[in-house]
Amino acid sequence: MQDLGISILLDGRNLIRLLEGLWVTVRIALLSVAISMALGVLLGMVMTLKNPITKALSRVYLETVRIMPQLVLLFLVYFGVTKTFGIHLSGEVSAIIVFVFWGTAEMGDLVRGALISIPKHQYESGRALGLTGVQIYRYIIIPQTIRRLLPLAINLATRMVKTTSLIVLIGVVEVLKVGQQIIEANRYTAPSAALWIYGAIFFLYFLVCFPISRLAGRLEKRWQD
Amino acid sequence: MEKTDALLEIRHLKKDYGSADVLRNVSLTVNRGEVVVVIGPSGCGKSTLLRCINGLEPIQSGEILLGGQVLTDGTAKWSQVRQKIGMVFQSYELFPHMTVMENVLLGPLKVQGRKREEAEKMAETLLERVGLLEKKSSFPRQLSGGQKQRVAIVRALMMQPEIMLFDEVTAALDPEMVREVLDVMLELAKGGMTMVIVTHEMQFARAIADRVIFMDAGEIVESGEPEEFFTKPKTERLQRFLNIFTFE
Repeated sequence: MQDLGISILLDGRNLIRLLEGLWVTVRIALLSVAISMALGVLLGMVMTLKNPITKALSRVYLETVRIMPQLVLLFLVYFGVTKTFGIHLSGEVSAIIVFVFWGTAEMGDLVRGALISIPKHQYESGRALGLTGVQIYRYIIIPQTIRRLLPLAINLATRMVKTTSLIVLIGVVEVLKVGQQIIEANRYTAPSAALWIYGAIFFLYFLVCFPISRLAGRLEKRWQD
Repeated sequence: MEKTDALLEIRHLKKDYGSADVLRNVSLTVNRGEVVVVIGPSGCGKSTLLRCINGLEPIQSGEILLGGQVLTDGTAKWSQVRQKIGMVFQSYELFPHMTVMENVLLGPLKVQGRKREEAEKMAETLLERVGLLEKKSSFPRQLSGGQKQRVAIVRALMMQPEIMLFDEVTAALDPEMVREVLDVMLELAKGGMTMVIVTHEMQFARAIADRVIFMDAGEIVESGEPEEFFTKPKTERLQRFLNIFTFE
């Protein structure tokens, strides 16, 4: 009955629906990644400060994010906040909040790492030429930081895309949920549909993530010094 | 020498890192066109002295004057002062994300606001002089240590400085590359550039210096013309230091 499975995939609007689900996934991922990158750059700069208070706070934040599974965070925000404070958050908004919370911490740490990896002498030779502080950052430090950071940031982005698959558990109808619905609807007529549908979803994730990680690899090669 | 010849004057300079004295009461005058070489054991404060001159290190007391202008009273605009002081570091510190040409043009274009056409012409002349014109589109990682250091010298010269400071510029180089860098410096000295050079190359010091200074434990112990300085050292500390370099 293998051929029935594949026919389910192509049946009616099924493939279109999967693609629509994929768009939900990608939309959540894109928004989360974009916001995380922006906030993470700020956080990373704060993390390089010598101030003990900002140091302690960012440390606690980073550790919290690392210790807590994303799924727990999702439940905490989606069920916890909604029930306790009576604020209604849709699954999509909850997901974005959690992914930004997570992504900002990770991105902040990457930015911090990239910033402190620039040797002190680079600042000094800029100063010795008479460049002002702003010019040193603009022409010397930031361009080098970006080169070190971009491959790592892209890597983080692919991890975030993959992790969006968890949001099916807080009821967001994304690509995985659509897949489940299609399988459920055809449970009796096409038992082998699961293989084909999940296989297609695998392929869709691959289509999204592979070009991104290829890009990261190429940038890494091109910019290594 | 007449007083008006003095380009760089250092008076009673003191510097410490917390409890450790690095420079205690250093006074030194460098005249226009003069080449002063500073030697001394590691940690004697000679590199710190250079770094104080262009404000990379804060000082505790004393005065530094460049061309009669006091640099150390807190009113000096360092970004302007540093244009007059070219500095070359031991570890070259070219900017790795820029080509050779971009490295040497950064200062002239962004700090001095000069025209690209004029600055590029000057860069090509200088690169030609140090034998690296054909490397102008290369990145620093594609150059040898000696080549990088020559580019670093050109980068400093592009600012048209009044004085050049060299901080152990050959210390990180393989022996066969030392010569090409020293030759460039000799050329500069012949051209009348005022230079303060910190080095461990004694032969070179002897060849290039108008005056040699021996520093130990944060102070100037002895100074003199190279011939006499190396053949008839007056102080026991200098004698001991020079003995390290002879093997008879």
